Amino acid sequence: MDTLLLLLPQVLFDGLLLGFVYAMIALGYTMVYGVLELINFAHSEIFMIGSVVGIEVFRSLTGYVPNPYILLVVAVILGGLISGLTAVGVERLAYRPLRKRGTKNRLVPLITAFGVSFVLQDLVKLLEGLWHNEFFLSMKNVGELEQSVTLFGIFIQYKSFILIGVSLVMLGALTWLVGRTRLGLAIRSVAQDPSTAGLMGIDPEKIISRTFLIGGALGGVAGVLFALQYTTVSPYVGFLPGIKAFTAAVLGGIGNIPGAVVGGLVLGEIETLAGTFLPVLTGGAFGTEYKDVLAFLILILLLLFRPQGLLGQIVKEKV
Amino acid sequence: MKRMILTALVLVAAMGLNAQVIKIATQSPLSGGQSAFGEQLKLGAQYAVEEAQANFKKLGFDLQLTPYDDQANPDTGVSNANRIINDPDIVGVVGHFNSGVAIPSSEVYKTVNLVMVSPANTNPRVTDRLLANVNRICGRDDVQGPAGAAFAVNELKAKKIFVLNDKSAYGQGLAQAFKDAAVKLGASIPDSAFVGTEEKTNFIPIITQILAFNPELVYFGGTYDQIGPFTKQLRERGVKTPILGGDGLDSGDYINLAGAANATNTYYTTVAGPVSSFPKAAALAKGFKAKFGKDLEGFGIYSYDSAKIILNALEAAIKANGGKKPSRDAVTKAVRSIKYDGLTGLVTFDSKGDIAKADYFILKYDAAGVYANNKVIKSVSVDAPAAPKS
Repeated sequence: MDTLLLLLPQVLFDGLLLGFVYAMIALGYTMVYGVLELINFAHSEIFMIGSVVGIEVFRSLTGYVPNPYILLVVAVILGGLISGLTAVGVERLAYRPLRKRGTKNRLVPLITAFGVSFVLQDLVKLLEGLWHNEFFLSMKNVGELEQSVTLFGIFIQYKSFILIGVSLVMLGALTWLVGRTRLGLAIRSVAQDPSTAGLMGIDPEKIISRTFLIGGALGGVAGVLFALQYTTVSPYVGFLPGIKAFTAAVLGGIGNIPGAVVGGLVLGEIETLAGTFLPVLTGGAFGTEYKDVLAFLILILLLLFRPQGLLGQIVKEKV
Repeated sequence: MKRMILTALVLVAAMGLNAQVIKIATQSPLSGGQSAFGEQLKLGAQYAVEEAQANFKKLGFDLQLTPYDDQANPDTGVSNANRIINDPDIVGVVGHFNSGVAIPSSEVYKTVNLVMVSPANTNPRVTDRLLANVNRICGRDDVQGPAGAAFAVNELKAKKIFVLNDKSAYGQGLAQAFKDAAVKLGASIPDSAFVGTEEKTNFIPIITQILAFNPELVYFGGTYDQIGPFTKQLRERGVKTPILGGDGLDSGDYINLAGAANATNTYYTTVAGPVSSFPKAAALAKGFKAKFGKDLEGFGIYSYDSAKIILNALEAAIKANGGKKPSRDAVTKAVRSIKYDGLTGLVTFDSKGDIAKADYFILKYDAAGVYANNKVIKSVSVDAPAAPKS
């Protein structure tokens, strides 16, 4: 136990890493919810596509691009781009036709999202199967990124710095985009009232499409960083992080951007702390595998007492 | 010209109708993280079947192999099993790879007394249910686990051991057998150092526990698709502790997943020795490589032998039945009473369906990361334990 306590800073740092991954995925959920009030469960697959792209970039381009940092930039851009475009495509092909038909039932787009999720999983499985005849992919070992330093007793790999740095930049850029630009203003106005926004000369369909692009790109970048950090990826890898990120979005108050970040970080910490200390504290009665149970238990408790989430407001102020 | 082709087609069709079809099925994971094993299992059986086709043609039968993909998933295995028992041409099954899949699937085969010969299932309950149709030619986890424990405590001199398992029938059973035996030999494994996890990507919380516990050995009852990434992350955190596992760790893909440098200090016990330990399998290894373009691994030999056992029993049953296709019962009985001198040694089955004397091997991963060079440290031959009293 004493030795475990000495490792506490390390555990907190590991939780932070996981938390940033969750936060970046959670943003995709929260933005789409803010604009459409749709829980886009296919977002976990958008994340998965990013992670697969990340691995493929490192796999196929290592021979041509010797510098791993350039490779990483390529992977992040490609991952974000492909994931973002996939998200736009999903919105175009699956959700927009439903809106055009004027479906009022909220369950219909939700079920569609599940369907899209399966389609994307099997599509990636098919493509990877045709390409490599395997779809459990593992990250290439990139020596430079695997290097590590020990700061204040915390073991940190360079790739962890990259993960945190990139997430911070993305989060900052998103805050600026939503708060300070014309596009952000348009997104906020569509979120508030699409038909009035239309009267003001904003094309709501275009803005919805842009929202999916931004959310998808964030998810894709998160996927690339996830693949780099945790190294093993498959077409089914999105499910659990996706569901946890959704939890994070709800925890922070769905529809609220800072809330998604806070929710993600809190969830990442809870999960890592529980995974590390549960078996020791309970003498092995509750093993590491109960970390998810504990995370969801806290979500349920929080929602009982604060249904709007940590930072959510009851007033209808979204995105 | 057209008419000639047509006549030829009719002739071929007629010949096909003439020879009665007999099928052998395989069930193993052909997709997913354990497909490297599953493919060895399928290809080993395929080799044996294709080798025997000419002989069966002479007997008037068209012998075929039907591979099924059980995806290492009990549900898929059982639904495949239902399709298998409803295909009257199938007279035997070679499989499975995962005990957790083999146990429920064999209950389905039992309903029609369809014989199953397993090259790889090591959980004791596979045969301890005393089913007449279930046989295996490999060892058991209640011998494999203790063999690993004896090696860990006596040879590696590990007293403080951290034990992980994948929560499957195979992994948990093996880890438990290891733990019990190791504790008896004087090792210390507190409950908090016996951890089950289905995690496949993020092992960091477990690794932090390992850092705190500071063991002399990490034991992992599971398969390479999980232990590979675990090893990578463990070594990245600077933990140099040796790793020991069971036969689930016995795959070249482990090196790819963990990275060659990280895989070096890894030992495993296995019930299917490497190709190099079976001199009789040299010809098979050569033919296998030429035919499939892949290297033969241990489980491929065992699968080949399993298929040969079914085929030999089938041939005997055909002869006993006056040259006609025998019933599934007859094949099942013939398999249980077989005496077959295979590539992996002499096979006879005891009353449970266990091979009378099974081989167990302890290997170490090659320092240069070449799977074929993994070194056999020790091999023992152990009698199958007696049937459980119940």
